[in-house]
Amino acid sequence: MSKGPSRRNFIKASAIAGATLLLGGMAGFPGAASQGHPHSGSTGRSKKKWVMVIDTERCDGCRMCTEACIEEHVVPSGWGEPSFQGVRQTTKTAVLQKPEHIGRQEWIKVYNMGEDLGPPGDKGNFLPLPCMQCVNAPCVKVCPVNATYHNEDGLVLIDNNRCIGCRYCMTACPYERRFFNWGDPSQSYTQEEKAKTVFAESSPEFPVEHKKGTVEKCMFCAHRVKFGKLPACVEACTKAGMKALFFGNRNEDVVSNGAEILKLSDLLKSRGAYRLQEDLGTDPNVYYLPPRGK
Amino acid sequence: MKKGTIPVEEKAIVNPLQTTGMKYYVVIGLLASVVGIGLFAYITQLTQGLEVTGMRNRVMWGIYVTNFVYFIAISMAGTLISAILRLTNAGWRKPITRIAESITVVSLIFAGSSIVFDLGRPDRMGHMLLFGRLDSPLIWDLFSLTSYLIGSILYLYLPLIPDIAYLRDSSTGISGIKQWLYKRLSLGWTGSEEQKKKLERAIKVMSVLIIPVAVSIHSVTAWIFGVTLKVGWHSTIFAPYFVSGAVFSGIATIILVAAIFRKAYGLESFLTLRHFKNLAYLMMAGNLIYVYFLVSEFLTMYYGGEPHDLMLLNAFFTGEYAIQFWTFAIAALVLPLIILAVPSGRTILGIVIAAVLANIGMWFARYIIVIPSLSHPFLTEGWNPYTPTWVEISITGLSFAGFALVLAIFAKLFPIISMWEIRGEQEGIASQESQHSIGPVGEIARDGGERAT
Repeated sequence: MSKGPSRRNFIKASAIAGATLLLGGMAGFPGAASQGHPHSGSTGRSKKKWVMVIDTERCDGCRMCTEACIEEHVVPSGWGEPSFQGVRQTTKTAVLQKPEHIGRQEWIKVYNMGEDLGPPGDKGNFLPLPCMQCVNAPCVKVCPVNATYHNEDGLVLIDNNRCIGCRYCMTACPYERRFFNWGDPSQSYTQEEKAKTVFAESSPEFPVEHKKGTVEKCMFCAHRVKFGKLPACVEACTKAGMKALFFGNRNEDVVSNGAEILKLSDLLKSRGAYRLQEDLGTDPNVYYLPPRGK
Repeated sequence: MKKGTIPVEEKAIVNPLQTTGMKYYVVIGLLASVVGIGLFAYITQLTQGLEVTGMRNRVMWGIYVTNFVYFIAISMAGTLISAILRLTNAGWRKPITRIAESITVVSLIFAGSSIVFDLGRPDRMGHMLLFGRLDSPLIWDLFSLTSYLIGSILYLYLPLIPDIAYLRDSSTGISGIKQWLYKRLSLGWTGSEEQKKKLERAIKVMSVLIIPVAVSIHSVTAWIFGVTLKVGWHSTIFAPYFVSGAVFSGIATIILVAAIFRKAYGLESFLTLRHFKNLAYLMMAGNLIYVYFLVSEFLTMYYGGEPHDLMLLNAFFTGEYAIQFWTFAIAALVLPLIILAVPSGRTILGIVIAAVLANIGMWFARYIIVIPSLSHPFLTEGWNPYTPTWVEISITGLSFAGFALVLAIFAKLFPIISMWEIRGEQEGIASQESQHSIGPVGEIARDGGERAT
């Protein structure tokens, strides 16, 4: 057996291969160059900065916001996640729940914080939780594939064609406002809902074509607000007579629930608004107004 | 090149490669059926989605991630034994290096596959490369894991070359495929001074390079958890905590695997009590460092007394996760320490029992790191339940049986003890049959004597 030059060099070559190990790993990694997202805005600064204000004094826990949300987005099953079971009696309305909506993901969930404080339906005991659309969003930071990102209006969206289903964003979200499609979402749909998911155009702003193995959440109805409509939950709250949800543009310092138009900064100041887990530094875009005289 | 005759001492190493008993096939068959069940479970999961697991929206990571952390941790074995002990010239390491290095490679394969099992969309795995975001610790992990895997394969392969050449030259009556494999993989190794010098240098370079990569993978794995804001995860101590855990369970795994090969392949004269004792001392050190970090973490949480921290600690000590926590604490921390601290416990049997307990306990250590923090209630709904389903358990079975299976097949093709290294530094080539009866053999005899006492 003769020693070819290639053999002689092999050992040396493998040492070099070892030396370039780290660099090698990086060289074969084009991801570093593709930080942007096709959907994320590149047209400079947007004029909009969407915020939601939730007046807990007015909320009576009727849960119409959740219902409207499920209706609007054809929200899939929650796969056993604790959810409203359609039995809560409220001041305004009896049971509003559509039976087929039971057990769905609740992108805006109404927590009853005060079961010891008063009878169900007592205003001021409820805490509706949509996605906080954090400026410093922990979920966006950890996504390995840029499937969740801020659009130019500061909304946190999810591209369910890119999501790999690692669920890292869900572990990162301190508000637990992210949901996963553990199975085939279409299984829980009615015929009507199926039709909607087929015909409506799906996008990260309106991901109505829900996909198995991907993450979902509230996106402040990005598809509605860009045409000047209020999010489905806000509209439904006002329609139900509660007028507890306000939506607006922080840059224009204005919020509305569809019935009133208020100056955002005055409202926040006069009512002592707070945000959830503010100390975490996530800079959420959802403000809560505490109940007065309680 | 002449065919060498196999010296008596090395027969024991080469024998299992040439003769295969019924027992081997039974073991392989059993392992393969466990892997088969796991594959069936994975196909079920692929078709129906992750709804067949016990994971749900609150506890969205389960035992797949536990297994991932576990396998990442035991990958520390090869680097520690081979690289660190090689650099510090600890001669006793030599018969164990090959075992340790192969554990590293195989465990990394199953760590990577555990992440794939966990993905909701494994079909989109390529997105990690196409759209990877450098801000995400998962991408750091991808870097680290692939670098470490490539490095470990090289590091396993380099010291194998002289042994493969030896098999190529000295084995008779082996199948054509094996002959072809050895010929290809030995890369024309003749054992010339020049080749030896280059090999030594390459191994030295690799052992220096592999250490930071190994530290990085354990740290990055820790940071996946540490950088989030979750109670119990968001801790600055996590990276060194994970490194120490890796040292501990890595050595426990070496002890276990070495004991199995020793028994199955009749390697009693190479793997002696001395080796097991030295490994046991290292394992004890790993154990104590881990305890130190654990106490530091718990004391800080407890003394500060933040309600969420206290809730988690209560769940460990007396609450929802008490069974898993105490299994971990007793099996991994207390019992091995007691067994190894008592001189009469430091027999091979005692050390192996300690290692088995440590392995079981450390799996639960990862369980109580991953799951309770997710299960921890955020608002008012109480602890979120999680129980793994048969699919998750079967796929876990696949990972562990697959780990053993790959090791068993590897050890059928290549000597599980580095022959040229135990022959002494001044030698190292297969065909110089005149030189192998000195040096290490005497040492081994001494070890044998120690074992008898």
